[in-house]
Amino acid sequence: MTVSSGAKRSAVEGSRDETFKLTPRDPSAPLGMTSRLEGELMEVSMGPQHPSTHGVFRMNVALDGEIVRKLKPVFGYLHRNHEKIGENTSYLGSMPYTDRLDYFCSMTNNWAYALSVEKLSGIEVPERAEYLRIILAELTRLQNHASLLGFLLSDMGAWGTPLMYAFREREKILDLFESLSGSRMMCDYMRFGGCRVDATADWLARAKMIVDAFPKFLDEFEKLIVENEILIARTQEVGKLSADLAISAGITGPMLRACGVNYDIRKVDGYGFYPRFKFRIPLGDHGDTYDRLMMRALEMRESISILKQAFEQIPEGPVINPKVKIRAFRPAVGEAYGRIEAPKGELGFYLISDGSPNPYRYRVRPPSFINLTILEDLCLGHTVADVMVILGSVDIVMGEVDR
Amino acid sequence: MMESLEQIKARIETNLPGARIDIVPNPGPSQQSSLLVDNEHAVDVARLLRTDPTLQLDFCSNVTGVDWLDRVVTKKVKVKRVVEGEEKEEEETQQEKILGHLEAVYHLYSITQKHGPVIIRMRTADRAAEARLPSLTPIWRSAEFQEREIFDLYGIRFDGHPDMRRILMWDEFKDYPMRKDYREPDDYEYEPTPHDDVLEKAKQHYAPRPQLDGAENITAQK
Repeated sequence: MTVSSGAKRSAVEGSRDETFKLTPRDPSAPLGMTSRLEGELMEVSMGPQHPSTHGVFRMNVALDGEIVRKLKPVFGYLHRNHEKIGENTSYLGSMPYTDRLDYFCSMTNNWAYALSVEKLSGIEVPERAEYLRIILAELTRLQNHASLLGFLLSDMGAWGTPLMYAFREREKILDLFESLSGSRMMCDYMRFGGCRVDATADWLARAKMIVDAFPKFLDEFEKLIVENEILIARTQEVGKLSADLAISAGITGPMLRACGVNYDIRKVDGYGFYPRFKFRIPLGDHGDTYDRLMMRALEMRESISILKQAFEQIPEGPVINPKVKIRAFRPAVGEAYGRIEAPKGELGFYLISDGSPNPYRYRVRPPSFINLTILEDLCLGHTVADVMVILGSVDIVMGEVDR
Repeated sequence: MMESLEQIKARIETNLPGARIDIVPNPGPSQQSSLLVDNEHAVDVARLLRTDPTLQLDFCSNVTGVDWLDRVVTKKVKVKRVVEGEEKEEEETQQEKILGHLEAVYHLYSITQKHGPVIIRMRTADRAAEARLPSLTPIWRSAEFQEREIFDLYGIRFDGHPDMRRILMWDEFKDYPMRKDYREPDDYEYEPTPHDDVLEKAKQHYAPRPQLDGAENITAQK
């Protein structure tokens, strides 16, 4: 699986080389595949209906034999202008709709939105609600990372079994979400100033049991991946990303930390009650696909540690600030940008209020959309088979990319 | 601790004489005020913010557009008047008309220094379909897709962007859906059957929009 290194493009931050000029499109020519054929390169349209594209995502790839020479991502198959809909609904009305952004991590989407509105209108959150939010966000991280590893192995050809192992664990966590919020994936659980319902002692005990059993699954799963010869051959030295380019391109989350950049919003911003918790930030060395993959495995261990501390510390009390108006909620004129460390990276909401019940501007900063900026840089010089693995390691969900 | 916006403004003005920087106050509780940068110096200002050793804003997190329609702001201003030989201060309500414009907003953070956000904005002169702003993609690569998205949904063209195409809507699409006066077609799939209320809705849709005169001639490519 070695690739001649001469074919790789050197990653220079902020500059685009001749790859953009390869196909100057004639504006008068009709759009179509034939207009983009060039020289010896063959253009292949990968997706949108492809099991490894994680949804409806298309890449226009120019191939020299089996080597990728150019790659243009094509978006928009799931575009429904989420932001416009957000501007035409009340603040609370957008809350269930944020579940549909990254439908794997509805709890963190809820939190990011609630956090931004709380910033916008200066709402305080009770202590128990903050703990519940951390518990749910870390459970979300566990199930997102576990299923990502399963999907990635699936992309590499290990069909079925590893993914089902991951889904078995994910389903236990989704059962917890269902018993708490009423829905497995579309939780709609957070509210401005707290959470919608309280968790019972029984629920917390069950969650603790599942978290306590999780390391056993991780041990088993890491054995599958860490020293697996095929996996190492497919991922090490594939899709290397330099720290400078990663910072310039706004890459966030595990993908940034795989390049060795120590930047975790849980530590930097210290939102919620994260400063009260002891946890480490795993960092990678090489920035290749293997590091990105291991970053997820290591982060799950840290999430378990956070969860165990949260179960011990969680106090009794109200879960929602009683002063917050539910009906006719109108934040003061102003704007706010709030962000959290979602499992896929920095998820932010930018809101402008003009004093009316609807936001004047409602913007989602989607981590997986921005993480795709450097997909071409990662894939150049690699084979088509590697594109699937690299794309899998970026961790995208099209509901969030296309919005 | 990060410098205050006034200090950043002074730093830019000493390093880049001629650059016009205004502070846009944010009256809300979030305390996030922003810097309005003039379009001619925007790229230089951005480069300075990125490379300045005390700021080092190397991470451009969020790039987005805002559409402001024409609006009238009522202000209470204190006016000095001479009434019967005596100088008096009187309150007067003035109405200021602010012309509509499009805005691009950048949220900047520093990964090396772990501070932020510094918010910079650029404004177009009007809401014309050919509104232009300088692209900051050469400074921060993360603006690449996000500026394309602004072009797609708001119709601001970014000069100096390496690949200015639509990104979420299809290439043949006309109009800019995130603009506040956008009116969506009744159905993308077929022509509406021309009778009764459907006809009325269709008529509404075909009404000319003054801001978009000539917009249908613009293709995604230059």
